[in-house]
Amino acid sequence: MPINYYIILAVALFSIGVAGVLTRRNAIIIFMCVELMLNAVNLLLVAFSKMHYENVAAFNPSLQVGGEAQLFVFFIMVVAAAEVSVGLAIIVMMYRNIHSVDVNFLNRLKH
Amino acid sequence: MKSIIDLVYLVPLFPLIGFLINGLGRKNLSKSLSGIIGSGVILASFIVSVLIFNETTAEDFTAVTVNLFDFINVAGLNIPFAFQVDQLSTLFLLIITGVGFLIHVYSTSYMHEEESHHYARYFAYLNLFVFSMLLLVLGSNYLIMFIGWEGVGLCSYLLIGYWFKNTEYGNAARKAFVMNRIGDLGFLVGLFFIIQQFGSLTYTEVFSQAQSTDVGILTVITLLLFIGAAGKSAQIPLYTWLPDAMAGPTPVSALIHAATMVTAGIYMIARSNILYTLAPVSQTVVAVIGLATAILAATIAIKQNDIKKVLAYSTVSQLGYMFLGLGVGAYTGAVFHVMTHAFFKALLFLGAGSVIHAMQHEQDIRKMGGLAKKLPHTHWTFLVGCLAIAGIPPFSGFFSKDEILVNAYAHNPILYWIGLGGALMTAFYMFRLYAMTFRGTFRGSDEQAQQLHESQWSMVVPLIVLAVLAAVAGFIGIPELFAPGAHRLEHYLAPVFAASTELRAAHQLDHSTEYILLAVSLTLIAVAILYALNRFTKKPDIEDATGFGKTLANKWYVDEIYDTIISKPLNGLGYVFNRFVEKSGIDGLVNGVGKSVQWGSRQLRLLQSGLVGTYILWMVLGILIFFVITITILN
Amino acid sequence: MSITEILFWFLSALALGGALMMVTSKNPVYSVLWLIVVFFAISGHYILLNAQFLAIVNIIVYAGAIMVLFLFVIMLMNLNADNEPQKNKWLKLAGAVAGGSLMLVFIAAIRQTEALKIQQVNTGGDIGLIHSLGKTLFTDYLLPFEISSVLFLSAMVGAVVIGKKGD
Repeated sequence: MPINYYIILAVALFSIGVAGVLTRRNAIIIFMCVELMLNAVNLLLVAFSKMHYENVAAFNPSLQVGGEAQLFVFFIMVVAAAEVSVGLAIIVMMYRNIHSVDVNFLNRLKH
Repeated sequence: MKSIIDLVYLVPLFPLIGFLINGLGRKNLSKSLSGIIGSGVILASFIVSVLIFNETTAEDFTAVTVNLFDFINVAGLNIPFAFQVDQLSTLFLLIITGVGFLIHVYSTSYMHEEESHHYARYFAYLNLFVFSMLLLVLGSNYLIMFIGWEGVGLCSYLLIGYWFKNTEYGNAARKAFVMNRIGDLGFLVGLFFIIQQFGSLTYTEVFSQAQSTDVGILTVITLLLFIGAAGKSAQIPLYTWLPDAMAGPTPVSALIHAATMVTAGIYMIARSNILYTLAPVSQTVVAVIGLATAILAATIAIKQNDIKKVLAYSTVSQLGYMFLGLGVGAYTGAVFHVMTHAFFKALLFLGAGSVIHAMQHEQDIRKMGGLAKKLPHTHWTFLVGCLAIAGIPPFSGFFSKDEILVNAYAHNPILYWIGLGGALMTAFYMFRLYAMTFRGTFRGSDEQAQQLHESQWSMVVPLIVLAVLAAVAGFIGIPELFAPGAHRLEHYLAPVFAASTELRAAHQLDHSTEYILLAVSLTLIAVAILYALNRFTKKPDIEDATGFGKTLANKWYVDEIYDTIISKPLNGLGYVFNRFVEKSGIDGLVNGVGKSVQWGSRQLRLLQSGLVGTYILWMVLGILIFFVITITILN
Repeated sequence: MSITEILFWFLSALALGGALMMVTSKNPVYSVLWLIVVFFAISGHYILLNAQFLAIVNIIVYAGAIMVLFLFVIMLMNLNADNEPQKNKWLKLAGAVAGGSLMLVFIAAIRQTEALKIQQVNTGGDIGLIHSLGKTLFTDYLLPFEISSVLFLSAMVGAVVIGKKGD
């Protein structure tokens, strides 16, 4: 598959995630859209790792390159997991204080 | 062995050190210590000046330039910081340091009522003044002279406004300073012309090229320099500051406004004598203005009632005579009169100070009278001063004034007769002053009468010294008439005025004319004196003046005229500028900038809605724009 | 069209459709479910690219742990479609437009790279297999691996501290 298709797919998923973050008011949905964005990026990284392998393997079939990108994706997942746990804790905290997950209630910065 | 002339820098250095010590340490020094330091440094300068004078009396002495350091050296214009030691500057050195020392000693007891840090401040200012005046006369180029010129103007302001808590005195000080500055502007433009024409400011270089210069340009230069002299030496139209300057302490009036600062203008013209001799138009202007000032001031002095004001107008009048002398080419005569005037005018002022001290700061002569018995030393020294200024032989004033008047007659007889009229008025008002102060009966209050006492020795001794000088100083200038070759001063100063003497036609009157003029003037002066003495002893001038006398008492309303013509329009212009240009225009612009920034920030603040969602929207839009720019530019 | 291509298109359509449904769904529980569908589609893509390890990890960690966590929180707060707060209509439009513009900008950027059209992606190779990945991970990237355990520790501590009923 040409790399273009993967790029466009990842970009589309990313944009949908951005639109979701801007559009929704529920904090949890916003969080999920962030996860969607991360996943789009993961997909793209993996595609690039295979592209790199393709470029090199044309000259040198025995050389194994491109594994680093997939390891990077692995670490992204690690970080995403940690981030989700802390973020959800914050959301639960927020719910306990104002009994709603509406992001618009967080307007203390105004004053 | 180095000559003492190489150490000439010590002469201004000592007063400078005195200024620094008294000025910086004024909170810590005791009164006696300040007085000793202040007077001691002047004494040291006087001793060095005497040693230098000794060297200059040698037969074959020529002017010496002592170079201190390179001052300005740019684009072909070289102005070194150098002193020129010749007969003229040495003579002025002696006058300044000698009379200055006596006045410092007098001040130590006159100013005794001041607090110690004000006392030290007084001596610091006095020392700074002497330093500047010495720079003025010692400089070897016009720039050093100008530095000293400005310095004495500054010290005059500081000292007139010495009792700064009184706003009237402060106004007088400001008036003096501003009028000085007007003159200084003329002086400065003259300097620029000199640089442009001669390429240098050093006296020797300028004067050597003077003979080959176009007369028109010389006239312009000399007239501009004379404007400066008119401001500094109180000639028409810049003289009104000097009577107001009497607000300062009396020793200050003696030193600055009688003996030294006001003679700076005469020194400058005497130094530049070749330039003036080559520009006859300027000479005429100098003579006419000098004579006019002499007469005008004399008329005003006749009706003044403040003892210091009479002396102030007398100073303006005598300065007019000196300028008259310069204008008719009698340079030696003018310098001679500077010297004798320094002695008798300082004497008169210090004597007036002694009287004021005895009268508990009363200065109105209508309240004095009959002080001769109570203040014996003050009385006889003051009388000597009056005789000297009136021009009675053998006192000094006679010789110097006579030399000027004779030369004036040789130039143009009209100048002589008008000048003689001024001399008669001088005698008249001086003896009016003397009679109303020392003769007759006492007209003051009883408690003033009880407090009358002669001043301390530290005030009386300078009076006595000055009286002796005023009496005998004339003998260094005996004219040709009485004894040929006896005019020691003319002989001494000959090298300085040599170029001018060669150029001008020999003004020699035959002896018979001179004898007649002498006899006529002496008789008239004697009559004036006796008349004044008689009239004012018996019937003192107590009532307010009426009619023409009122105009004289109000100084011909010159101050009021200046106020209407100059001050009020300027103030009005300033008001217009303040209301319209400053408040609406410039302030509006500056405040407008501030206001628009505030308005802009108020609008921007609306962006901060406090809602996180909006923030993220702005973030995304920002990244969008960023990407668009990157893509379009990078392609 | 080879089977790989058909699978690619199918999985892409599934991913995009799922994402759209997730963003627009009113009920938060439905959003979570749609997101799980998206994750499965992406794992499918990973397998197509022979990144087997990542495919499995994606399912286990994301779909399995993270999404379950989300569901727990939603259930805890008892959210359903009734009390779902709605954003201002204009803001929703602005957000959609912003996202769309972003996508267009990206695509415009990609259009410049015509050369990439012929760039192929290798669907074979060993690099996605677990043993080669493991080798690289434990030799070259050992330190980040260990640090990530510290990261987890801090996240755990943080979550616990935040969640405490304060006193």
